[in-house]
Amino acid sequence: MDLKTLTYIVVGATFALYLGIAFWARAGSTGEFYVAGGGIHPIANGMATGADWMSAASFISMAGLIAYNGYGASLFLMGWTGGYVLLAMLLAPYLRKFGKFTVPEFIGDRFYSNTARIVAVICLILASITYVIGQMKGVGVAFSRFLEVDYDTGLYIGMALVFFYATLGGMKGITYTQIAQYVVLIFAYTIPAMFISMNLTGNPLPQLGLGSTMADGSGMTLLAKLNLVVTELGFKEYTTQTMAGRFDMFVYTMSLMIGTAGLPHVIVRFFTVPKVSDARSSAGWALVFIAILYTTAPAVGAMARLNLHATIQTGEIGSPEGNLSYEARPQWFKNWEKTGLLKFEDKNGDGRIQYYNDANPEMAKKAEAFGWKGNEMVKVDRDIIVLANPEIAKLPHWVIALVAAGGLAAALSTAAGLLLAISSAISHDLLKGVFMKGISEKSELRAGRISMAGAIVVAGYLGLNPPGFAAGTVAIAFGLAGASIFPALMLGIFYKRMNKEGAIAGMIAGISVTMLYVFQHKGILFIKGTEFLGDLGPNWFLGIQPNAFGAIGALVNFGVAIMVAKMTTEPPQHIQDLVESIRTPRGAGGATH
Amino acid sequence: MEKPQGSGDAYWRATLGLLTTVLIIWFVVSFGFGIILQPMLDSIMLGGYPLGFWFAQQGSIYIFVALIFYYAHRMGQIDREHDVHED
Repeated sequence: MDLKTLTYIVVGATFALYLGIAFWARAGSTGEFYVAGGGIHPIANGMATGADWMSAASFISMAGLIAYNGYGASLFLMGWTGGYVLLAMLLAPYLRKFGKFTVPEFIGDRFYSNTARIVAVICLILASITYVIGQMKGVGVAFSRFLEVDYDTGLYIGMALVFFYATLGGMKGITYTQIAQYVVLIFAYTIPAMFISMNLTGNPLPQLGLGSTMADGSGMTLLAKLNLVVTELGFKEYTTQTMAGRFDMFVYTMSLMIGTAGLPHVIVRFFTVPKVSDARSSAGWALVFIAILYTTAPAVGAMARLNLHATIQTGEIGSPEGNLSYEARPQWFKNWEKTGLLKFEDKNGDGRIQYYNDANPEMAKKAEAFGWKGNEMVKVDRDIIVLANPEIAKLPHWVIALVAAGGLAAALSTAAGLLLAISSAISHDLLKGVFMKGISEKSELRAGRISMAGAIVVAGYLGLNPPGFAAGTVAIAFGLAGASIFPALMLGIFYKRMNKEGAIAGMIAGISVTMLYVFQHKGILFIKGTEFLGDLGPNWFLGIQPNAFGAIGALVNFGVAIMVAKMTTEPPQHIQDLVESIRTPRGAGGATH
Repeated sequence: MEKPQGSGDAYWRATLGLLTTVLIIWFVVSFGFGIILQPMLDSIMLGGYPLGFWFAQQGSIYIFVALIFYYAHRMGQIDREHDVHED
């Protein structure tokens, strides 16, 4: 069977599964719509959290980032997993005990202020919308590459699917489809990795393969071989290279950790389990399911890099026969050239492909002696690494079809989780909480569905017309969550003396500092030409890149909040009692409004 | 900020004690071994992995998982010792 038919069958089957689950898990009450009735088993919730958390970025982009940044990309691995330790210990059990539906609701109640609640809603919506655009783009790209429909059509199919199961089932429908999506995406990710690890090292477990000896009889370890291959071509040594220095790596890792712990669509997942103790263990299960992918990713990245260079540099460097002739390039090379994500330019006109680091002066000198006229792989988009990996390793067609279904599952599951966070912020926090307090449960449920539909349309529109700043917005999502929501929640639980003045001042200060830093380097509202400092290493404060600034914003938030709280009156007695009550597990009922 | 305000509550002190222990390990394996000490640890090999690199790309993640389950288990014990557990 040809690849296209097979892909249609596999993707179609997974979609039918999601729709079937959605129909079975319809939501009948606001409790089911917002928190799945609070009755999800901690292991099931962990799996759903895994799918919710692992987006198109984790599935498609991360291994590519690792392949090109080597050791430096460890900050994504540690940052996006270490946040769960913070979440499990500092937030999840206490928010579960609090027993409400949304994150802004906690902030509003704990700081006895609708202003605080609205500030939190704004942070949540900004963070979630910027994040969801990326997912929509992921859906469009995966469809257009694998089903050969155009990007727009792919996006419409994705929107229709999410619309159906998210509005029908709310959190309940989303949770059960996410469990199915987790299973699809984890198989899609690990199976090709196992094949490739087996081929290269003889060890089928990628986590061990990455630390094994090459099976080519050279007796070298895989990492030593990779270091040798890349340094010979003038690239930085794989196991020691950093992205922007060690201090930046430290701060960046911290930003991703607190950003992870502060992202509302992840936090709200811990409102769905029956007990406080379940919220603790469920975070552990979530991390188990995430770790399966995150410990495989470094192997995928390293092995893909090795395979790619081996494909192109077939013989000794500098010998005329050492480079792959363009005519003899493999089929996957041609396929990806069509998408424009892979580009070759025969600079020295010898009909062969030279792929090396021409920005390295030492290597450029050597290359000149070989008659090379610059790096000829003018574009190798990092995002193709995972998608092209099974083709590079010549794996069977069904594996490639599975990867397509996996990429779609990752993007759809995260999009649904984000859309729910947005719609509940609108229907529960803004309508029910602030503007229409008397609304009945039935009307609120309807409002929830309508705002969900509205959020999907907005996300779809932004996916079709991605704003110029889309690429820079992930920094904002993590920056906002890390610099505003995380400190506010943590202080609300661990510092009884924290009052509304402190919390509001802290959130605003944290966001402002983070946004200003990003804008000063990337342009005000990301508009090119309005940046007053170029986005270059020497201009960065202490060498910290804008994407990594959330941790500094959080520090400012903590500092300002505590200072202001000390200068103003302490919170009323009933709030201090509330804090006492959320600190002890006994008496946690189901989540209620 | 992690000091309880004027409460001599033994349960809360035990909770904060556990949090501190777990957070120290969390910090040491990732920021310590994986980032700050990576150049030094890389001279030691773990199979085919330089040790610092292993902590950064594999080890810290395994330890994070273990830490959360250890925390959940110890918290369960602390809840029961202070009679605040759920029924």
